[in-house]
Amino acid sequence: MPKSETYNDHIVRLFLLGAAVWGIVGMFIGVLAAAQLAWPALNFDVSWLTFSRIRANHTFGVIFAFGGSALMGTCYYVVQRTGHTRLALGKLAMFTFWGWQLACFLAMATMPFGITQSKEYAEPEWFIDLLVAVVWVSFGVVFFATLARRRIRHIYVANWYYGAFIIAVGLLHVVNNLAVPVSLTKSYPIYSGVVDAMVQWWYGHNAVAFFLTAGFLGMMYYFVPRQAQQPLWSYRFSIVNFWALISVYMWAGSHHLLYSALPDWVQSVGMAFSLILLMPSLGSAANGLLTFNGSWDKLKTDPAAKFMVLSLVFYAASTFEGSMLAIKSVNSISHYTDWTVAHVHSGAIGWVAMITMGSLYAMAPRALDRPAMHSRKAMELHFWMHTTGLVLYVLAMWAAGVTEGVMWRATNPDGSLTYSFLASLIAVKPYYAIRFLGGLLVLGGMVVMAWNLWHTAAAARANKIKPILVPIPEEIPEPVEDQVPAPLPARG
Amino acid sequence: MPLQYKYLEKIEKNAGLLGALIALMVSIGGLAEITPLFIKAHTVEPAPGFKPYDPLRLAGKDVYVREGCYACHSQMVRTLRFETQRYGDYSAASESVYDRPFQWGSKRTGPDLARIGGKYSDDWHRLHLLTPRQVVPESNMPNYPWLAERELDGEDIQARMRVLKFLGDPYSDEEIAAAPAAVKDKTELDALVAYLQGLGVYNVAAKEAGHE
Repeated sequence: MPKSETYNDHIVRLFLLGAAVWGIVGMFIGVLAAAQLAWPALNFDVSWLTFSRIRANHTFGVIFAFGGSALMGTCYYVVQRTGHTRLALGKLAMFTFWGWQLACFLAMATMPFGITQSKEYAEPEWFIDLLVAVVWVSFGVVFFATLARRRIRHIYVANWYYGAFIIAVGLLHVVNNLAVPVSLTKSYPIYSGVVDAMVQWWYGHNAVAFFLTAGFLGMMYYFVPRQAQQPLWSYRFSIVNFWALISVYMWAGSHHLLYSALPDWVQSVGMAFSLILLMPSLGSAANGLLTFNGSWDKLKTDPAAKFMVLSLVFYAASTFEGSMLAIKSVNSISHYTDWTVAHVHSGAIGWVAMITMGSLYAMAPRALDRPAMHSRKAMELHFWMHTTGLVLYVLAMWAAGVTEGVMWRATNPDGSLTYSFLASLIAVKPYYAIRFLGGLLVLGGMVVMAWNLWHTAAAARANKIKPILVPIPEEIPEPVEDQVPAPLPARG
Repeated sequence: MPLQYKYLEKIEKNAGLLGALIALMVSIGGLAEITPLFIKAHTVEPAPGFKPYDPLRLAGKDVYVREGCYACHSQMVRTLRFETQRYGDYSAASESVYDRPFQWGSKRTGPDLARIGGKYSDDWHRLHLLTPRQVVPESNMPNYPWLAERELDGEDIQARMRVLKFLGDPYSDEEIAAAPAAVKDKTELDALVAYLQGLGVYNVAAKEAGHE
């Protein structure tokens, strides 16, 4: 191995660009979809602009295109920094970038035209699924090959989460998308009915668990201590939370099917594990928040830290809410209503988007060879636009969801139902307008961020930046088995 | 305590071991919950007399799936009193054995459709699908005008039936051969209306047979 090597930040910058572009695209489609629910004329009678067709473009765009690009970019950044080594297999890493962008583009370009499997969060048809599988395996190879050439013997906790994210998402993607093609544009899943429902929500729930949680916790475990300039509050606690989180999450998927035709025992198991899940979820959030101990003053000066702290608060809040919604009697009110939408977005806009934005603001100057982001005022503006939008969105959908849940079950003294279904739709329409406003603010904040990144990247765009040298530690001899550690030197 | 540290240290310094343990831990939950469903026959087998979709309704179901109707409409009457009161009998597992993918949905911006069949006339459905606000002024459902303009393709339906037969749905060769005649001169709108009118009607017979 050469005695001097540099970090591969080029690939990180590419993913950063991808995340910024897809973030705007995905959120824009979300705002359009929200507007269509409030004002249906905005469907324009055009098939590929119709709500039911583009809803998947919003979810796929923000989760897999925006979130995926951010995750892969930060993963490549973190695995190099924590291992003191250059990314392995540079060409394959480049393939993962272009392959992922192509898969996202193909998915976004086919779904509005009805080329879809119509499985939630797994909509792209079989030929795109195959491409995704190839890219994902390559991503895993690059990640583990980089771990294999690390110079720090201990694998830092952020990498466990990225590793779990890669392994579990690969498994979920393959199992859930098994299908037999009829033609290039149509396939049938090998599962049907109840089994398909269980497989789908095992996938759907764990896409949340491993894409939107484990992956972003990996981000959190690196960038939060980095930004707080403090060591992780408790390393041992992170070990406990890691193994608990990844093993318990996989059981909880059936809470999406409570009171359905799924066998009762599976529903109950899902509910029980969802409650157990509260512990590692709150544990991880607490570990992140307590890491700021001693650095809380950063909230006054550093917008990136503000994003991170609020993201952890929303992580704790939305996982608490998730466990509560998995309780059968609560679920009987919340399921099928906008409460679910509120829950998802407090997790997505609150936790996922904010930890991503905080981490990208922390990483971008370093990857772009700048002392800081181009504009701190723009970061502040983004923070407040995002937070206001988030609160408007979530409050509106909570109110709408509870209204629906209560109206659907309301009965008169004689036992008949009080409200028609239509009455509940009319009651929540004002909330749909407020939700649109909230979404618009979040999208606006994302545009501000993209503008800021663009200017921060001025030197990188002109190809004027120098790669960063890897600090190569001195060789440490392999420890002898069962060696008794030397006593600590006396103080003083 | 030192013993535990030793094992943890082994895992945290060995990427291969870490990866293998992660793969093991994430596999248990799915295996425990999904595999029994294949073994428990009533979750995967149709009730006696419950036939797979005829060609027109199959085409309609695939239009329903393609348009993403599931984003706003569920097909799952839950086992709750206020649900059965509003929609009808609660949904049984055997009702959806021919649904690939399943159509239980996750959000009701519009009402559940599991028992919609026969509640409105064909003409009402046509008008409602093309211009929902002409029949329900407060509705926020999009118009689907293109459905009336697209004719069904008999060969395409046959190809679909063949794949479904390969996956285990009991279509006979005669039924597949007769499919093009059944969808001749029909539009996607005709197919979707036929599908909707069958929901909760065809599977009620299955329910009466005692399979829930």
